Amino acid sequence: MSIPTREEMYRALEERHGRELQRKFAEASVAVCGLGGLGSNIAISLARAGIGHLHLIDFDRVDISNLNRQQYFADQIGLPKTEALTANLKMIAPYCDVTADCVRLDEDNMPEFLKNEGIICEAFDKADQKAMLVNYVLENMPEKYLVAASGMAGIAPANLITTKRITKRFYLCGDGVSDAAEGMGLVAARVMICAAHQAHAVIRIIAEEFDT
Amino acid sequence: MVKINGEQLDKAGKTVAEMLAEMNISELRVAVEINEVIVPKASYSDTVLKDGDTVEVVRFVGGG
Repeated sequence: MSIPTREEMYRALEERHGRELQRKFAEASVAVCGLGGLGSNIAISLARAGIGHLHLIDFDRVDISNLNRQQYFADQIGLPKTEALTANLKMIAPYCDVTADCVRLDEDNMPEFLKNEGIICEAFDKADQKAMLVNYVLENMPEKYLVAASGMAGIAPANLITTKRITKRFYLCGDGVSDAAEGMGLVAARVMICAAHQAHAVIRIIAEEFDT
Repeated sequence: MVKINGEQLDKAGKTVAEMLAEMNISELRVAVEINEVIVPKASYSDTVLKDGDTVEVVRFVGGG
């Protein structure tokens, strides 16, 4: 079966979101840093909403241990996550403009890789990497919006996961305490809840709804 | 008094590094903002909390 045209896809989104909001979504550019349980789910939510430009960044390859929560398929094991997620996004939102960089972000290369997008999602797995990206962006890119996450492991209640607007351009999602390193690992539903909080924070920023 | 994550605490005069040590938080897993301005990591030891400051200590745990 053939896929719908660009115009048909856009019209279907306009009917759902309204003309003005869909125009904002289509013009928006979002960087997703880390394509694990958070990032892969964030990217899919944003692509489905019709966000126009996504920049996917991750250095890793799909592993069997990822399939419990990350949006990859069993036959994608071994592929770079950038490549696998781009393919999956294209099946959902074929006209979304996806840029992908298979690279490990660090303080030296962030200026180059994060320069183009107005909104940055921190979706790393390791706490020190999360802190590195957040500190770098807040110190050096004050004009950008930053949506980060901390605390979504285990099976504690879903309702403990929240979105907090820490400062004007810095949002933090999660329960703040559930560490994947202690006790239980990550469970799909709860990671997806946190990813959905992040994606929705991005949606609201693009819509210029700032009251959270 | 200093407002830290919404709570009034008696931390005026302490440095950010001292505050983090007392809260048992690793400097490698945190972001600190004072009055909505990020504190560079290199300044943790010489940034002193002042009476009336509003501080956000964002602690990162693993998972994603």
